[in-house]
Amino acid sequence: MPSFVINEKCDGCKGGDKTACMYICPNDIMVLDEERMKAYNCEPEFCWECFNCVKICPTQAIEVRGYADFCPLGASVVPMRGTEDIMWTVKFRGGLIKRFKFPIRTTAEGSAKPDGGYGAGTGALDDQLLYTEPASLKADKLWTLGD
Amino acid sequence: MEEFKTVEVTTDFLIIGPGMAGTGAGVEAAHWAKENNLKVTIVDKAAMERSGAVGMGLSAINQYQGENSPVDYLSYVRQDLMGCCRDDLVMDISRHVNGSVHMMENYGLPIWLDADGNYVHEGRWQLMINGESYKAIVAEAAKNAVGMDNIIERVFVLRLLLDKNDKKKVAGAIGFNVRGPEIYVFKFKACLVCAGGAVHVFKPRSTGEGLGRAWYPPWNAGSSSYLTTTAGAEMSSQEVVFIPGRYKDGYGPVGAWFLLFKATATSATGFNYMGEGLAEGGELHNWPPYGEVKPIPTCLRNHLMMIEMFQKGDGPILIHTDKAIAKLASAAGDDKKAYAKAMKKLEAEAWEDFLDMTISQAILWASKDVFPEEGPSEIMPSEPYFIGSHSGASGAWTSGPEDIQTEESKKEYFWGYNRMTTIKGLFAAGDAVGNSSHKFSSGSFTEGRIAAKAAIKYIVDNPEMPEFDSAEVDKIKEAIVLPLKHYEEHKNYTTMGTATKKYPQPVEEVNPNFITPKMVIFRLNKIMDEYVAGCGSQYNCSSITLNIALDLLKLLKEDLSKLAARSYHELLRCWENIHRVQIAEAHTRHKLFREETRWPGYYYRTDFRKMDNEKWGKVFANSVYDAEKDEFTMIARPLYHLVEITKVVGMV
Ligand SMILES: Cc1cc2nc3c(=O)[nH]c(=O)nc-3n(C[C@H](O)[C@H](O)[C@H](O)COP(=O)(O)OP(=O)(O)OC[C@H]3O[C@@H](n4cnc5c(N)ncnc54)[C@H](O)[C@@H]3O)c2cc1C
Ligand code: SF4
Ligand code: SF4
Repeated sequence: MPSFVINEKCDGCKGGDKTACMYICPNDIMVLDEERMKAYNCEPEFCWECFNCVKICPTQAIEVRGYADFCPLGASVVPMRGTEDIMWTVKFRGGLIKRFKFPIRTTAEGSAKPDGGYGAGTGALDDQLLYTEPASLKADKLWTLGD
Repeated sequence: MEEFKTVEVTTDFLIIGPGMAGTGAGVEAAHWAKENNLKVTIVDKAAMERSGAVGMGLSAINQYQGENSPVDYLSYVRQDLMGCCRDDLVMDISRHVNGSVHMMENYGLPIWLDADGNYVHEGRWQLMINGESYKAIVAEAAKNAVGMDNIIERVFVLRLLLDKNDKKKVAGAIGFNVRGPEIYVFKFKACLVCAGGAVHVFKPRSTGEGLGRAWYPPWNAGSSSYLTTTAGAEMSSQEVVFIPGRYKDGYGPVGAWFLLFKATATSATGFNYMGEGLAEGGELHNWPPYGEVKPIPTCLRNHLMMIEMFQKGDGPILIHTDKAIAKLASAAGDDKKAYAKAMKKLEAEAWEDFLDMTISQAILWASKDVFPEEGPSEIMPSEPYFIGSHSGASGAWTSGPEDIQTEESKKEYFWGYNRMTTIKGLFAAGDAVGNSSHKFSSGSFTEGRIAAKAAIKYIVDNPEMPEFDSAEVDKIKEAIVLPLKHYEEHKNYTTMGTATKKYPQPVEEVNPNFITPKMVIFRLNKIMDEYVAGCGSQYNCSSITLNIALDLLKLLKEDLSKLAARSYHELLRCWENIHRVQIAEAHTRHKLFREETRWPGYYYRTDFRKMDNEKWGKVFANSVYDAEKDEFTMIARPLYHLVEITKVVGMV
């Protein structure tokens, strides 16, 4: 059922006012059953398998089981997302396991400066230069028709 | 039903939808707003960190100019869209896009570098990235620019409000909290609509659990088009959908396989349809001048695939991953160690392509024990999507930049503020803008920046806060909650059984007094699939089928007043589908208007099977919607070429 929550592992994000999976799901389909304090996917047929809920869950309670209308059972793809990279474990139906690790960002979380370090450029509100230009272009000037 | 509370938000500039365009807009607007003492607010139906089409991540930045000139890029875009693009918009993005990419790199987005420290290109215009956190990173820059206090998440914007004294000017917007009884009324001097494209207007190939696995993410429901259209803004090229050819079922990307790994595709029995199509006397020569030179336009690549599958019956189409890998690995020569190393690197790159942006494809391969080095895989044309930022062109008709115009084009393409629609104060960017295709993630971010700067200038020039009609607001407020009311009023008419496990509970409630949002989407999908050139009709339509669709859409629109929602979540689904139906109708009318087949492989007008350059090659199909009368007016606008293209610059 696309993403699903493992009963035993979900602690409802310890009763906080917003669970992590509910916070992140771009399609608003991860919800909390407040009686049981367990999350669930309320609309599996509108899940994109984007894995955002899987990556964010603090207790690794969410996994994805491929869409049953075309994925044979038995495989799994499990991410572990850190601050600098992500590690994927791909288990094939036949049992083979492959692992991959990829970087996710080169700077510390939260540190992105809007100007990308280029500072405010030489433009004014009336001209065509965006605010970091021309420095961010790594060119001396902005192209225009006829150049 | 709980009482709804109204939250009023007054700001100078509202950004609706912080996806790629909206985050770029946030970054740019914050700077100019600060200089001019203005307030910027962002609103998103989801959480900005992962909202929009890039929420899962991407494996490439698809627009980077490098040393190429904007004219080079234009040559490629014009070719790909069969001659149909706004030269001014395309070159405008192109001249700025490098800067945005350099900024993203410094935000922390890992762009692949070669041994000399240069970017690794997938193709001429594309850069390879480790893009798992792409959206989180650009969202972070926008958050740092605008400030969390000015960002409102989980509010779905459903309608724009016009100035009560000037119906050609925007004054506000209205939305609701998708998780609780709150209606948001926004008051502003200008806004930017950048709420993405649309999916699930057409029936997707999978309709079970896999219903949500379209190539395009299920959460973009055509809000950009709805918001601009219903505000009375002129729309353009709403007929130009995008149909990507992707790995079957999982919709995994093929770009890296074709461009980076140099894989080839054939029909099931091995016919090299692309090569043969290009060769002298081949099918592509029936589509001059675009079919005659490389790169083959996206729609024509689909067209060749469709001939094999649907006319010759020689499907499925196969992408020969095994041969590509073998060829790449053989470059390592006889050295076994070097060979093993090369294979390992290739394997990681191939899997990353999926894991960074289409994880479903990785699951599908794992679940079927598919190993790309051992054999080919099937590829398939998808259902149609609306994504003006990619290889489609649908969106609003906007002003271009003042300096990239000819005397003649300036009269038609420039009205004061870059990316402003025909409604004053209403700007658009990304998927929301028509005819500025092939901007992708980086170009959308850039276009958001361009539009945001122009919007701030507009606000400085027009400092007065416009006013909307409060009676109009009350009317919309009532309409918002109607589906919840409807359900309450009628829910006891039928029995629903109990939750004991003896008999199963129905998934959908059957009640003659209302229709659930899910049934609306199914009804819409069926109409579009069968009459408006979805996969079910093998992408064919005619004036007869399009008119049937319009009749059916009219009935569906009437039934929208009987939508029922059992929860706030379903209220969101109701409104998303109201948005979808609007773009469906606009699209059908545009298809009917353009009496030719210009993008074979996207759709075929079976009553006009050829491209008609005399009549349709020199115009854009535009439309204006009158919300009060519920009427569309179709307009043909001139298509001017601002520069002469002597040579098409390709992908490699
Ligand atoms: C599967 C796929 C693969 C792609 N691959 C690549 C690639 O490799 N490289 C590349 O460069 N580009 C790629 N693209 C293209 C790229 O993703 C788009 O060009 C880009 O995201 C468009 O930006 P946008 O801002 O217009 O829309 P989006 O980024 O989709 O943003 C839309 C925003 O609007 C919000 N929203 C929607 N409706 C409402 C509403 N009613 N109220 C409030 N908020 C709303 C959404 O939550 C979101 O924040 C790909 C696209 C897809 C779908
Ligand atoms: S994020 Fe994990 S632990 Fe928290 S509610 Fe969701 S599934 Fe449960
Ligand atoms: S995988 Fe994505 S779409 Fe599916 S529930 Fe999780 S966050 Fe939502």
